[in-house]
Amino acid sequence: MFVRGLKRKCFDGEEDIEGTLAGIKAIPSYNLQRQSLLDMSLVKLQLCHMLVEPNLCRSVLIANTVRQIQEEMTQDGTWQMINTQSTGQASLDRLVSTDILCRSARDQAEGKHAPAYGTFNKEFESDQAQDSSETMSTASSVQAPRNLQSNAWEMENPQENKGNFQKSLDQIFETLENKSPNTVEDLFSEVDNSYYDLDTMLTGMMSNTKMGHCDSLETFSSSTNTASNSNCKSDLNDLDHIVEILVES
Amino acid sequence: FLAGFGSLMQDVLWCFSQVKGTIDAGVTESDIISTVEFNHTGELLATGDKGGRVVIFQREQESKNQPHRRGEYNVYSTFQSHEPEFDYLKSLEIEEKINKIRWLPQQNAAYFLLSTNDKTVKLWKVSERDKRPEGYNLKDEDGRLRDPSMITVLRVPVLRPMDLMVEATPRRVFANAHTYHINSISVNSDYETYMSADDLRINLWNFEITNQSFNIVDIKPANMEELTEVITAAEFHPHHCNTFVYSSSKGTIRLCDMRTAALCDRHAKFFEEPEDPSNRSFFSEIISSISDVKFSHSGRYIMTRDYLTVKVWDLNMENRPIETYQVHDYLRSKLCSLYENDCIFDKFECVWNGSDSVIMTGSYNNFFRMFDRNTKRDVTLEAARENSKPRAILKPRKVCVGGKRRKDEISVDSLDFSKKILHTAWHPSENIIAVAATNNLYIFQDKVN
Repeated sequence: MFVRGLKRKCFDGEEDIEGTLAGIKAIPSYNLQRQSLLDMSLVKLQLCHMLVEPNLCRSVLIANTVRQIQEEMTQDGTWQMINTQSTGQASLDRLVSTDILCRSARDQAEGKHAPAYGTFNKEFESDQAQDSSETMSTASSVQAPRNLQSNAWEMENPQENKGNFQKSLDQIFETLENKSPNTVEDLFSEVDNSYYDLDTMLTGMMSNTKMGHCDSLETFSSSTNTASNSNCKSDLNDLDHIVEILVES
Repeated sequence: FLAGFGSLMQDVLWCFSQVKGTIDAGVTESDIISTVEFNHTGELLATGDKGGRVVIFQREQESKNQPHRRGEYNVYSTFQSHEPEFDYLKSLEIEEKINKIRWLPQQNAAYFLLSTNDKTVKLWKVSERDKRPEGYNLKDEDGRLRDPSMITVLRVPVLRPMDLMVEATPRRVFANAHTYHINSISVNSDYETYMSADDLRINLWNFEITNQSFNIVDIKPANMEELTEVITAAEFHPHHCNTFVYSSSKGTIRLCDMRTAALCDRHAKFFEEPEDPSNRSFFSEIISSISDVKFSHSGRYIMTRDYLTVKVWDLNMENRPIETYQVHDYLRSKLCSLYENDCIFDKFECVWNGSDSVIMTGSYNNFFRMFDRNTKRDVTLEAARENSKPRAILKPRKVCVGGKRRKDEISVDSLDFSKKILHTAWHPSENIIAVAATNNLYIFQDKVN
């Protein structure tokens, strides 16, 4: 169980470099925690497509959380950074809407906008292709929200996105067709793998408590709005490198 | 006579009275209790479950022979209120789970209640039959028709006593008025109308008219992409038939007056507490979402339940609650895990006692909490089979937050989050409470001196 005080120290940046480094080793950086929360939220929104009829209140609350994270990432430049690397994507002004995130599977059958499915699939592929290193995951999952909003508003998806989301849609419909009790588990077996990878990356030392993977993220709940840019620097350098690799491939 | 909690400088001691439901380890999903409600006299106690059934318990008359058995509740009637349905247009199932039951005040020998699932509200009449006519002319005692040509004598059928039979009949079905899931129903003090609220709209019904309802609140945005807030609960004022409140997923309460406009989209009062910046996190909004709102019996206050607290608001003060009670603040550091396992979306209800002096709400590990508004004391009790000896006094429970755990305390990490008390009810005038723990219904009473 990580103490709040330690996290705040890590957050303030310049004060105690050694403490900060130690902090980073013991606790995932704020950005990583935030990223993992974003990923978890996107998974939850996908799950809501699978249920009988999604609980609207829950969907709205999760979507609002995703929006908050995106807004903050935009403000502290994390979002901006990734966006400038890519080619002609959606404007930053448009954040994710509830409707897009919670569209029913039926709408997708009619070939409307594809939300997280396509982007999530792309993330898996990227993950599987590379080492599952901490920064890799950060880069690919940060891409996920970017693709999310681009898919939402631009019909002219880049070819690769189209291929990916088509493939994942097929997967989804196949499993929906079967409607067996194990369907959801089958569908999300890949999701689970990726999530666990992220989890083990984040917290190598984590033991399996009753509460699940989230112990390291507990300190996260005391996040503030003013994210220090200095924290991002090391992440950004790595991200630069990773994005180069992605663009080349 | 109202035995208030903490009255006469003595604490109320809560005792186990009864438990309903099976003891089996495996819980059938359809047996999970989804709503509990006493009627206006406390004589009847209704429960609804996930399988669409309603079970009504009736309090037995107190007998002089057994004064310690202060009116136990026994099954009075059981009926299937709602069946699972399929919405062909959306290719989605409509659950038969009973979301809410509300009683109508008794006006004759029969009892009336409203029960609702996600889409349809039904008015049920529960009545007793203890006589039956005997001595028909055209049919014999077995019901077989007699040959008219064989009848030589005419007689008048007479009513003879029979074993008591309790019948439940659906008298009205209010359907097709809700696109979204109904979360609340509330009977108006005029006893002629009631409202049903879903995620985005509130409709006003007349009991006699089933093919029409008036939409009185609509918060659906023109563009669903802009949706950021939903209605979570709604209730009529206990005395003023023109006034109602509804709560939202952003932690706000709006009080509306139906006299001002047909569509009450503009509130008369807006209750919201400013956010505490030191506690801000990505989960702030989720935990501020109000899961239940209840007027006090007096009509002067409203109580709201959000994930970690219960708040009491004075209707005359909109900018902050007058009282805030921490239900399980030790969960504040666990919000991420509770988000992961979806527990953060659990909707706990809250109730007032008859004199509005004590409020009660549920928590995890089958714990429930009571707060005395006057003495500011609180207690945590547990609904468990282990405490289920007749008239056994419930021992207060304590959750250990950190450091050394005392012998009878339980640590936060040992709490069972699958055992949640979402639904409780308090007798309108006595210290009798009903607590729903998954598929079991516990009834506790205060110790008779």
